[in-house]
Amino acid sequence: MAFNYDSYLRMEKMPTLWCWGCGDGIVLKAFVRAIDSLGYAKDDICVVSGIGCSGRFSSYVDFNTIHTTHGRTVAFATGVKLANPTKKVVCVTGDGDAFAIGGNHTIHGARRNIDITMIVVQNFIYGLTNAQTSPTTPQGMWTVTQKIGNIDPTFDACRLVEAAGATFVARESVTAPKKLEKIFKAALEHKGFAYVDALTNCHVNLGRKNKMVAAMDTLDWIDSITVSKKKYDAMSEEERLNLLPTGILHHDDTKDEYCDLYQMVIDAHQGKRSKITQDDFEKKI
Amino acid sequence: MAGDANAQGKINADGKREVVMIGNHLAALAAVDSGCKFFGGYPITPSTEVMEAISDFLPRVGGTCIQMEDEIAGVAVATGAAMSGVRSMTATSGPGISLKAENLGLAQMAEVPLVVVNVMRGGPSTGLPTRVAQGDIAQAKNPSHGDYKSIALCAGTLAECYTETVRAFNLADRFMQPVFVLLDATLGLMHAKAILPTVEEVEAGIVPRKKFEGDPADYRPYGVEQDEAAVLNPMFQGYRYHFTGLHHDAMGFPTEEIETCRKLIDRLFRKVEEHQDEIELNEEYMIDDADILLIGYGSASLGIKEAVNRLREEGIKAGMFRPITIWPSPEARMYELGQKFDKVLSVELNQGQYLEEIQRCMGRRDIQKLTKTNGRPFSPADIIDRVKEVF
Repeated sequence: MAFNYDSYLRMEKMPTLWCWGCGDGIVLKAFVRAIDSLGYAKDDICVVSGIGCSGRFSSYVDFNTIHTTHGRTVAFATGVKLANPTKKVVCVTGDGDAFAIGGNHTIHGARRNIDITMIVVQNFIYGLTNAQTSPTTPQGMWTVTQKIGNIDPTFDACRLVEAAGATFVARESVTAPKKLEKIFKAALEHKGFAYVDALTNCHVNLGRKNKMVAAMDTLDWIDSITVSKKKYDAMSEEERLNLLPTGILHHDDTKDEYCDLYQMVIDAHQGKRSKITQDDFEKKI
Repeated sequence: MAGDANAQGKINADGKREVVMIGNHLAALAAVDSGCKFFGGYPITPSTEVMEAISDFLPRVGGTCIQMEDEIAGVAVATGAAMSGVRSMTATSGPGISLKAENLGLAQMAEVPLVVVNVMRGGPSTGLPTRVAQGDIAQAKNPSHGDYKSIALCAGTLAECYTETVRAFNLADRFMQPVFVLLDATLGLMHAKAILPTVEEVEAGIVPRKKFEGDPADYRPYGVEQDEAAVLNPMFQGYRYHFTGLHHDAMGFPTEEIETCRKLIDRLFRKVEEHQDEIELNEEYMIDDADILLIGYGSASLGIKEAVNRLREEGIKAGMFRPITIWPSPEARMYELGQKFDKVLSVELNQGQYLEEIQRCMGRRDIQKLTKTNGRPFSPADIIDRVKEVF
């Protein structure tokens, strides 16, 4: 029997405002399927989004939803989570949100290892506002603000969040929806800051001016720049140069989660434990 | 505040609580006594002591205090907690408000109750961080872009650092929007005795935000009367809706429908304007028989009051009008006073940020002014000299 998405979606908001062929719908469906497979109650989930095409994600899902300002999803989500530590809090945000205007919050959310699932709908461009350069736009590509070609270096967002302290880091693309669903499921199940780089196609505002006019062209390009972590790990530095690894890239269940750490603060203040000292932590510096 | 001997103070003969604390700590104490369960902030002089105190107070009652990575995150995290349904606060100073402005606009638009303590300083820019000023009066009216109606309370005594914070929490939940508590370095860092209501009195006065109890299918969080605030139920309790900074419909979903958009912004104004009597609070000191009216607010009023006393010793009949609710301004009362008094002097620790409002409310341009922007407080002598100079 076909999967029934309707009970998770706000059907009166359909169709979405996303362009024909946009991969954001695949992200949405994979996310809904992951939630369904985990059996979470709709009331127990809060989805926080930012600004841009991905910002509309929160209005389409029938959970507790917040559409915030540009780049601030992790900061708002941190407030929801700390005030409601038993609930599931998910950020769905864009590459501009997460790594340009809101980069600081991404770093510090990861550093705290707070139990938030952060999904970055990563389309390599500012799509909603018609093709301005994103921090993840590849060098040399056309953007409306760099019409002779983008000179700004790009970077690997997964490596940034891992370095900052995220304990679950994964990447998958909309060209592999079943894998994406599996990754979402693993991210949602992870206790700690779980980051997913969900690569998607913006053929309209990235592809069109970069010789990938049709949705399929941009999807093919995404496939051409991705390779499974297993293959990536076996490659030389030279072979890796123009590839992004996919799959679960980093998973560490040994680190303290922030709400748990804050419970130590509460316990110490309420006389249920001694003051927190360096002896409480394995890593001292 | 349970468990803190100093905060518990002692109960005096009148049944009031006497504590010795600085104003910034009193604001923190008031928050916790008011049922605040969340604080998010970022250190900034001269407000940091609010966070220092509340970081101790909140965990004792099972609440949370988090120091965020920047000012923007400080207000965002506090707003997120408030969206989920708890009483929440942030504290900062003028430069922090500049950074928080966009998210304060979101809280106005999405009708999220939040208390924002601003221990003011002067500016522009970094200004004189450790000196006193009332530099954020104009900013408190419109910190963010767009159209909305601010509520800003300005404490004028040490005890009001406490009582105005208590009032701010109740007003925030009543009108479902951010409420500013304006302090300054003089009040925020003044260490002295304050006579406060008891915790029981504060708790008895708590007016929690409205909650819809019916069938979730009938719930319209933003579908309220045109002079009323949104009814936003706590998250995770079966009433799912949407928060957004976009123009939105009765369920909170983005819309461009012409009439819905017009009515939304109209309501953000009317919910405040049509209930000003619940918000306005002023102090009038010796004005019944006065010939000269001094208008001032906040810590400046301490000097004004002393000046009034000394002027009266010299036979000069002065009185003071002090708006405690700065925004919305006491428009009708100021108009009456403008009709009654020929001689009016506005006294502010800025270049005259409230003077224009006084002029507007009184419908007069001949208001005298005394301003100061060198980081130093007014002495009563400054004010007496100015009165004698202009009248």
